[in-house]
Amino acid sequence: MAFNVDTIRKDFPVLNQQVHGYPLVYLDNAATTQKPQCVIDALTHYYEYDNANIHRGVHTLSERATAKYEAARQKIGAYIHASSEKEIIFVRGATEAINLVAQTYGRKNISAGDEILVSMMEHHSNIVPWQMLCEQTGATLKVIPMNEHGELIQDKFVELLNKNTALLAIGHLSNALGTVNPVKEMIEKAHALGVPVLVDGAQATAHMTVDVVDLDVDFYVMSAHKMFGPTGVGALYAKAELLAEMPPWHGGGDMIRTVSFSGSTYSQAPYKFEAGTPNIAGAIAWGAAIDYLNDIGLNYIAAHEHDLLAYATNKARQVAGLKVIGQAKDKASILSFVMSDIHPHDLGTILDRCGVAVRAGHHCAMPVMQYFDIAATTRASFAFYNTTEEIDRLFAALAYAQEMFS
Amino acid sequence: MFFDLKDLYQQVIVDHNKHPRNFREIESCSHDADGYNPLCGDQLHVYLKVNEHHLVQDISFKGTGCAISIASASLMTETMTGKTVDEAKVLFESFQQMVTSDITEEQDFSHLGKLAALAGVREFPSRIKCAILCWHTVQAALSGDQDAARTE
Repeated sequence: MAFNVDTIRKDFPVLNQQVHGYPLVYLDNAATTQKPQCVIDALTHYYEYDNANIHRGVHTLSERATAKYEAARQKIGAYIHASSEKEIIFVRGATEAINLVAQTYGRKNISAGDEILVSMMEHHSNIVPWQMLCEQTGATLKVIPMNEHGELIQDKFVELLNKNTALLAIGHLSNALGTVNPVKEMIEKAHALGVPVLVDGAQATAHMTVDVVDLDVDFYVMSAHKMFGPTGVGALYAKAELLAEMPPWHGGGDMIRTVSFSGSTYSQAPYKFEAGTPNIAGAIAWGAAIDYLNDIGLNYIAAHEHDLLAYATNKARQVAGLKVIGQAKDKASILSFVMSDIHPHDLGTILDRCGVAVRAGHHCAMPVMQYFDIAATTRASFAFYNTTEEIDRLFAALAYAQEMFS
Repeated sequence: MFFDLKDLYQQVIVDHNKHPRNFREIESCSHDADGYNPLCGDQLHVYLKVNEHHLVQDISFKGTGCAISIASASLMTETMTGKTVDEAKVLFESFQQMVTSDITEEQDFSHLGKLAALAGVREFPSRIKCAILCWHTVQAALSGDQDAARTE
């Protein structure tokens, strides 16, 4: 199928609206992506025809809901090339997935004297759960530094790896800078010392092909809403042998084999980690989002976004007083910047009044801001439904803001 | 009533952001406090010199933030100098009332003098906290609250 952005835009009803009298330009895709009609339809169809609890009813609706929910698990597993869908745990999102690993794998395997290695460019959700684990266990958090381009310093990473390192947790694609980290090489180096690796794929899965087997990653986390699915659902991928050894996290229905007052026995993965009624509609609609992405083709998506980022970066270079934050060689979909004399929050408000939605703030990555000695950046983040005309609108609005503040 | 961007970023706001008044420390201050907005990272420190007659002899601030928070702090220091602590409290209430008031109602803010320039934030709910951070910080300083003042 040839890639046609005009046709694709028609699949996203939310894009077809005016904001403050201008056609909406949505450039906040790193915060959350918009949903195609097929995802919205999957949600409503579930509630209109299939709504039932899963894994327990013998009636038709329950069997239908269960089959669709499990089909979604299969689609997600296939999307990241997992060996088995049993390695996919449904959670509320990437944040919950990281907390799950910290509180099950971490509590069991990490203890005082151990080191957990993260990077300076992590989202708070890949920092705070490890800090909490450190407080609980007496382990220490170590941080891989980055350079002024926003790239992790690989020599420092190798120096930081040692016999006490119990886990490496790194982002695949930085939400604040757009840096694509060389996770495959880093996993290889960590594994050479027997260190397991968690990769935070929240930002990456909408933009690039992920192959967890090729990466040989131990844990990979993702959020549906960052890849055109609904909010409130995400997944943890973990290697089957790790899941088998991990204790359960939340206790409740659906995660047990037997319950008595003398003790309970637990189900096997993935159900061992899915206590309570999950976001059934969300998971099914996420499956629809993955079908949609597969139909378009990730290679076309990546190529279009690469062109958009190159176009925007080139325009940014020509704006006096604009500094791009994050200039890694390997980047995807994100243009983060500061402008002299205009605070990002003022820019965010002015752009909004011009119909352009961007993010202004620290992007839940305060250590990145501290490194660059700034309070915040303005961030334009692209998806495959964005166009170069929209980027022109962004830069026209920036020029207007500069004029207003001159 | 429809506010546009020029109502928010009036010349006086742009000017006070570029050239904030009383942007300095007061070494012999009687009261001071930190103000912090955790969502956007705006950070202010407010200094006051209040004499034995409860008169604000001098007031100043330092910090970083958006144009609205810097201009608001600058205008606040100008307005509050020479007022009594009680008058300052009344002013805070009037200011708070102005920035949170209903935009559909025609209102007269002339009693607020220069501060009326900030009436435009009423149209921008996400920015009200920027305008009011400095005022909360002064309240914290006067009440001796050691924790950073927050707008959240």
